[in-house]
Amino acid sequence: MSNLLQRVSDWVTSTQVYKAIFRHGYEDTPRNRSLTTFSNVLYHLHPVKTRKESIRFRYTWCMGGATLLLFVVLTVTGLLLMFYYVPDTRRAYQDIKDIMNVVSFGSTFRNVHRLAAHGMVLTVWLHMTRVFLTGAYKPPREFNWVVGVILLTLTLVLSWTGYLLPWDQLAFWAVTVGTKMAGDTPLFGVEGPFGRQLGMRQDNDIKFMLLGGTEVGQNTLIRFYVLHCVVLPLVAVVFLVIHYWRVRKDGFSGPL
Amino acid sequence: MELVKGTAPATEKEPEDTIFSWPHLFYVELIAVLVVTAALLFLSLYVGAPLEEEVGRDTTPNPMKAPWYFLGLQELLVFFDPWIAGVTLPALIIIGLMLIPFLDTNPKGSGSYTFSERKLAVSVYAFGLGLWTALIVIGVWFRGLDWSWYWPWNDLHVHKPPIVGLKDLSVIFATKLGISEFLGNTLSYLLVLVYFAVGLIIPVFIFKRFYNRLGIIRYVTTMVLFLIMAGIPVKIALRLIFSIKYVMVTPWFKI
Repeated sequence: MSNLLQRVSDWVTSTQVYKAIFRHGYEDTPRNRSLTTFSNVLYHLHPVKTRKESIRFRYTWCMGGATLLLFVVLTVTGLLLMFYYVPDTRRAYQDIKDIMNVVSFGSTFRNVHRLAAHGMVLTVWLHMTRVFLTGAYKPPREFNWVVGVILLTLTLVLSWTGYLLPWDQLAFWAVTVGTKMAGDTPLFGVEGPFGRQLGMRQDNDIKFMLLGGTEVGQNTLIRFYVLHCVVLPLVAVVFLVIHYWRVRKDGFSGPL
Repeated sequence: MELVKGTAPATEKEPEDTIFSWPHLFYVELIAVLVVTAALLFLSLYVGAPLEEEVGRDTTPNPMKAPWYFLGLQELLVFFDPWIAGVTLPALIIIGLMLIPFLDTNPKGSGSYTFSERKLAVSVYAFGLGLWTALIVIGVWFRGLDWSWYWPWNDLHVHKPPIVGLKDLSVIFATKLGISEFLGNTLSYLLVLVYFAVGLIIPVFIFKRFYNRLGIIRYVTTMVLFLIMAGIPVKIALRLIFSIKYVMVTPWFKI
């Protein structure tokens, strides 16, 4: 029996399919041991070796990693919610009710999505404070701090665009207040300083662009939905990639 | 990185500095992932996502509160016009944060927690963070109907009398000093100018080494951003103590 298993395993590991997936041999040789390390995607994302000090909890507080994890959790739960939610003002609210009361585990996913969103704002904030306090933005890492601030801004805008989607009183009025301020933008808003002088009107200023109208309505809902579910997450992923790439290239800031 | 003869992969790094990511780093990450996921699931059982009545334009909630992380900005709306509180200040916060690495020329304190080597930087950051946190705390727990101030022991269903008698600084100057409105206005402009001029010039002489290390461009940028940040509690104090509505009134905007 074990002989048969051995032959099956020998055959499997010698097929082209196996070798295409695992690009190193099966025998325990020094070369294969090296290759398992160097051809592994995990070691593309991580360094093979890490500075001893940089994995201490009291240095990193794990906040950058926690932020990434929450981003992943938000993506997964968000995708699940997208199966049930339609950004139509006539049914959006009822869809949320269905998610909360009818869909299996729907309320869990929505609760986790919301908690993770609030949590992500908090962890980004703590991560930034940690990086500041350890002087980790000093040369050569200045630009990565700038990328981090962009990611902080994206986190806040992502959270805010998601706020409108349930289409309840809380969502509607919070976004009404928020977008009203866009109309007060200097130069580009009709109510802002120098706005009227530059030809801004109710129907052509930055608030109009954001809302797709003069008040929060169907156009606003679809704009916020697309921004929240597609545009902003993609932009965030691009900056995340740069952020992590630079951590690898500049080296971790931990004590020498 | 290259493959070398021997029984183990090695990099050019000093051996005592580094450890293998597997298992040491991956274990830490796995534990962190499990703890955060468990906390999320556990909390989601007790903290439900709110869902209020469906949108209705005839009923407006009072008070209308933004999510907690924006309440600092909403609180600033009490003291500043929306173009400052809602647009200009957030933009300046983001730009200011981005500029930090280019304004902080102190080479010390990279890679460890230290206060003694970067007293100024840490103090300024703590001041900003403290201000931001205080505004959020006020917005979350001390504001009720009509965005009035409510102590925890006040009845949240009873309206508070609106604040009246707020005056512009220029009007106060004009009435108190018996001068024309134009002169009062000019005086208020001068006062704002003096705030920035004194704030920019005095430290040059007191902290010569600080000024020399930064150079004129870095110094002016740093100080203007700092003076704007410090100006926020100053304006709040002027409102609360002297009932001043605007410190500066122009035909186009008011501060």
